[in-house]
Amino acid sequence: MHRQIVRVALAAAVAGAFLGFNPAFAAGDAARGKLQFVKHGCWQCHGFRGQGSVASSGGKVLAPDPLPWEAFSAFVRSTNRAMPPFSEKILPNRDLEDIYAYLQSVPKTADYKSIPLLAQ
Amino acid sequence: MARGDSGLKVDRRKFLTGVAVAGAAGTVAPHAADATPAASAAAARLPSALPPTAQTIAAETGTPDIPPYSQHGRPGSDFMVDVIKTLDIKYLPANPASSFRGIHESLIDYGGNKQPEFLTCMHEESAVGMAHGYFKVAGKPLMTLVHGTVGLQHASMGIYNAFCDRVPVIIMGGTDLDAAYRPPGVPTVHSAQDINAMVRDYTKWDDTPVSAQHFAQSFVRAYKIATTPPYGPVMLALDAGLQQEPIEDHGQKLYIPKYVKGAPPQGEMGAVREAARLLVNAERPVIVADRAINTTQGIKLLVQLAELLQAPVVRQRGRLNFPTTHYLSRPAGVIRQADVILGLELSDYWATVNGFVDNNEHGVGMNESHIKPGTKLISLGNHDLMTKSNYQEFQRFQSVDLQMAGDVEATLPSLIEAVKSALTSDRKAAIERKIEANKKAWQKGRDNTHQLAAIAWDASPISTARLVMETYNQVKDLDWSMAVESGNTSNWARRLLPMDKHYHWTGSSGGYGVGWGSPAAVGAALANRDEGRFTVNFQGDGDLMYAPGVLWTAARHKIPLLTVMHNNRGYHQEVMHVQRLANFRNRVAYLGNDMAPIGTSIQNPDVEYHKLAESMGWWAKGPIKDPAELGPALKEAVVVVKSGQPALLNVWTQPR
Repeated sequence: MHRQIVRVALAAAVAGAFLGFNPAFAAGDAARGKLQFVKHGCWQCHGFRGQGSVASSGGKVLAPDPLPWEAFSAFVRSTNRAMPPFSEKILPNRDLEDIYAYLQSVPKTADYKSIPLLAQ
Repeated sequence: MARGDSGLKVDRRKFLTGVAVAGAAGTVAPHAADATPAASAAAARLPSALPPTAQTIAAETGTPDIPPYSQHGRPGSDFMVDVIKTLDIKYLPANPASSFRGIHESLIDYGGNKQPEFLTCMHEESAVGMAHGYFKVAGKPLMTLVHGTVGLQHASMGIYNAFCDRVPVIIMGGTDLDAAYRPPGVPTVHSAQDINAMVRDYTKWDDTPVSAQHFAQSFVRAYKIATTPPYGPVMLALDAGLQQEPIEDHGQKLYIPKYVKGAPPQGEMGAVREAARLLVNAERPVIVADRAINTTQGIKLLVQLAELLQAPVVRQRGRLNFPTTHYLSRPAGVIRQADVILGLELSDYWATVNGFVDNNEHGVGMNESHIKPGTKLISLGNHDLMTKSNYQEFQRFQSVDLQMAGDVEATLPSLIEAVKSALTSDRKAAIERKIEANKKAWQKGRDNTHQLAAIAWDASPISTARLVMETYNQVKDLDWSMAVESGNTSNWARRLLPMDKHYHWTGSSGGYGVGWGSPAAVGAALANRDEGRFTVNFQGDGDLMYAPGVLWTAARHKIPLLTVMHNNRGYHQEVMHVQRLANFRNRVAYLGNDMAPIGTSIQNPDVEYHKLAESMGWWAKGPIKDPAELGPALKEAVVVVKSGQPALLNVWTQPR
């Protein structure tokens, strides 16, 4: 039952975000978020730039272009997938908002064809 | 022969074989005739009332025969070397030990230190790991010698890896069985009734020969068992006395049994034809290969089968199995759409078609199927021919619809022919219509993978994708082998690089025992050296620190190897495990002064791997944290390795 609730909530959050319902949240501090990203261990699976790894969702990445805030925060709080959930007790809201701001600040990745080693 | 006890001549071999031991006087009789003048003079002074026998005189006054075996004929261990030389064993990596001093001396002095050549190792685990890595490239086994108890204990993790990975290694453990005559103290502490018991659960066969002839039979048998699929490590306990005693003439000439390579087992033809029928008639067949292919020729056979069926191939971690550049190479996601799955030597069929998510409110994880109902499962492999009980490497039980016990490479020709026979013109046409779609899907996947690799391209610490591509860029024009990977670089080498030969990437350790990467890389480099190839390994930091002495072995024996450190400064798998448990328990993971939970970081102080390597004769450089510095450093290192020396770059990397 718990898993179903999580999935429904997450799906609703994602759907709402993509449909344009994006309730405002206090914009975080990207510089502070970068520190919180390390402090709370996000880097362990997602890398210091949120680039992901085989340990994080088969290559899906956190950044650039993170999930909409609602989907992102819902997932962090209640995931029952490979990532363990982070409660507000261990990851306060402000820290999570700052982390999100950091992920939004990660610059777009260049087209791989513009990187000689990858284009060969 | 009882060493250091010239007065009591007990034939240890006869003792071991249960033959009654002759009296001491009788056994020393031959020596009486050779008594020294001093002994003869002593006899002349004896009182006449109780005339002793000549044997008694000799027993009480004879000169110690040191070394006894040199006066009585060939040492047993010389014959053992003769036996070993009949087989194709090029090297013998080992750490020296007193319990095999007899055969050690014979190998280097009688045997000329050739075929096999003794390679000095600093840890038994390194020796076994070298043999493991060597086989994956050369396809031939090596042997090692270990001290009976403590040495075998050191070697045991490496043996378990070889067993799980189905790799042949011949291990001989010295032990001094005769409690009445072996030296007291340390040699006795290092002896055991049955040293093989320690590794019996994860060796394919073991024996304790008790005579020279028995040794000849057992060694050839051990070689044959190890090198007949399913491959596996074998163990011989080697009595110290048997090595050192002279070979006695019992009227029977010793002989060395002839080795004849055994034909590998093949899938039963009825089952092979049924498998072909299922595959040909499937709409979305998928091939999954794990420890399936040991040779480049085998890779070509699998390409042939996949193209006939237009079946995507999922490459698991056991071997390369299939070219990374082939348009039918796919990630594991295609399994979800399959209607027939052909599993080739899968180490874990259950986890191939199911998932386990380590996350739920009860703390026991969740299981979920990854296949559609009705998907037909076919299995071909040797694993059912070698299953033991205690260690659980056989994984969860997975029911399949068609099971074929047999070697994959040996069975593929029959399966290919059976598929050709089963293909009607309609099915052939339908299958061929998939070619273009498959090529497009592959190109799309390749583009996506390369775009993922571009993320954090300029990051410091250096991204693992960049680590791999910078390295490849320096060796791509050589006959290269990225033989061994330890730590976890997110599989970028297999995702990005063009690999189509078995030695381009040889797969994982099998048992996932950490500490395997560096010795296996040195062993692989040894095999590649003999073929003129250039070897690279991506080396996990934690893995290297288990037994870094193998670096010295590489330098000492001039084994060229480029080691590129994947130095993420932690036991990263455990970093994530502890974080996971802290989250489940709603607690903040305590980091102390480190970046990761206490007990999982390798920092404060940082290990200077370049200095470690330099101290053991390697060219080395680091720490390299700026990605712009990596290419030039690699260029320098490649020049060194091409000159025949090992080189190490200490690169600070992203976690995975």
